[in-house]
Amino acid sequence: MERERGNRGGVGVLERVREETQQLRVRLREELEELKQDLREPQRTQLWKSIFRVPHERTTPRNRAIAVLANVFLHLHPARINRDAVRYSYTWGMGGISFYLFIVLTFTGVLLMFYYHPTKVQAFRDILYLEHDVPFGRLLRNMHRWAAHLMVITVWLHMFRVVLTGSYKRPREFNWCVGVILLVLTLLLSFTGYLLPDDQLGFWAVTVGTNMARATPLIGHEGPFGPQLGMTPYNDVRFALLGGSIVDSNALLRAYIWHCIALPLLAAIFMGVHFWRVRKDGGISGPAPVMLESEMRPVRKV
Amino acid sequence: MDWYQLWQIISAPDNVPIVGLLVIVPFYTWYGLRQARANDRLIQELEANPELAKTHHRKTFPYKPGWPTEVHVWPYLLRIEFLAAIIVTALLMVWSLTLDAPLEEPANPNLTPNPSKAPWYFVGLQEMLVYFDPWFAGVVLPTLIIIGLMAFPYVDENPLGNGYYTWRQRTVAIGAFLVGFYLWIALIIVGTLMRGPGWMLFWPGQTWDHTRLVYEVNRNLPDIFGITSDWGKGIFGFFAVLLFYLVSGFGIHKLVTRSPLNRKIYERTSLIQYLVFQFFAITILVGLPAKILLRLLFRIKYVWITPWFNI
Repeated sequence: MERERGNRGGVGVLERVREETQQLRVRLREELEELKQDLREPQRTQLWKSIFRVPHERTTPRNRAIAVLANVFLHLHPARINRDAVRYSYTWGMGGISFYLFIVLTFTGVLLMFYYHPTKVQAFRDILYLEHDVPFGRLLRNMHRWAAHLMVITVWLHMFRVVLTGSYKRPREFNWCVGVILLVLTLLLSFTGYLLPDDQLGFWAVTVGTNMARATPLIGHEGPFGPQLGMTPYNDVRFALLGGSIVDSNALLRAYIWHCIALPLLAAIFMGVHFWRVRKDGGISGPAPVMLESEMRPVRKV
Repeated sequence: MDWYQLWQIISAPDNVPIVGLLVIVPFYTWYGLRQARANDRLIQELEANPELAKTHHRKTFPYKPGWPTEVHVWPYLLRIEFLAAIIVTALLMVWSLTLDAPLEEPANPNLTPNPSKAPWYFVGLQEMLVYFDPWFAGVVLPTLIIIGLMAFPYVDENPLGNGYYTWRQRTVAIGAFLVGFYLWIALIIVGTLMRGPGWMLFWPGQTWDHTRLVYEVNRNLPDIFGITSDWGKGIFGFFAVLLFYLVSGFGIHKLVTRSPLNRKIYERTSLIQYLVFQFFAITILVGLPAKILLRLLFRIKYVWITPWFNI
């Protein structure tokens, strides 16, 4: 009995192991097949579905719309736009290029920050280190510099295009003002960055620039009515900008903080408003059908 | 002709954008005005033919009835944006590989370079320092430019030309902006290419002479009229400036009410809107060139002299 049971038991275990191995093998094959299927069509997987909330693998009009509207990076776009609005001749693409340059500048700027100390002792040496020892350091600095210059130009051209197409007109007046503020911020960003290498070029450009602040009416010590209001080199607006009466270590630190933190944050906020208002004001302004002089309505009385 | 001097200026890495502007700004002006002319022709045609105006799609672009009026952003806009990003990146990459950002000696407060110039986009303001005192050129003028730009849409009561290129329907607005924009660019170019040591005027290609002296005595307008007392100068200057505002205001008024369309737009404009427009037009668009000419042609430094400020 004992042996039989034992024997039977032994056979049973072997049988079961074989059986379960067989089952496991079948299951593995099935799952492998499924995995292959998933790799071929990743849209079916849970991972994919968790990242992309809605399926849009087929190019139906609905899916094309969803592709834009359900994507956080693309959702500032409308789903569809005027067929003529995609023409380069109308927009010149300058607003979009300015924004792209801002992204490039943020990216290269953050990388530069890893190698830079805003102190009189270190700043200039850090630039030398970047130029000569850091891998691709020179390329990084060059890209940051030239992207900044290019952005000033593209912002000007964007403004020029908006004027030529009358795009600042009702209902976009306020967005034009936001744009003017962004123009000023672009120039200030570029200007504050000029001092950071702490070389002769930046030092004297910023000295020339901030010396004008002495002459600010009322709040500069050399400006009209400044001395009468008690302004001296040690308490006027230039002192506030430089953190001192000369361009020195405090000025370097202030320029650094304005350049890397305060101004980019402000610019990002105003950009958010700018883009949001483009959508809320009815998308980009044209190319609109021309209006005729004979169709001018009589003066609107408010 | 000192080609080396010229090359030194235009090949300075930070001056590359200015050389670029010399090409880019005329190109985009032409590009925009070419479309404006095409639209103006269409407008003229439609004004002459009211029947056609009822049925025409009113753009210069091709159109057939039944064509969809809209396209999907994905892919028709996004592919353009993607392409633009690639082109800009490639351009930046090439520019950065071929041209190094400038780096001079360490900052030295005891060694002033001559000339020492502001960053190129502010050189226009630095150039204005020749013609105005710093409180005006460096502080008040930029503030006025910013406020004037912001006021632009609020004083332009012309309902035409919203969202398409046109010149004939918006001569005043576009003309005013073009004058200002070109003045800004011109000042930058003069300040960069034509200002040497001591901020003296050197023509492009003229050798920078560090020992040059200019024997020019600047005069003040009241002196020419033999006014010597402080009170006299102050009052005289005030009336001189007032006269300038009145005369140029009158001139601008004549200019902006010349054509029938501009008169119609003028009638829609409220008094406050019109006065704001006039103030900025006189101060920035006429005042600056006027002062530049006074200085360059008649060596006049100040028009209005007071104990607190001079203009």
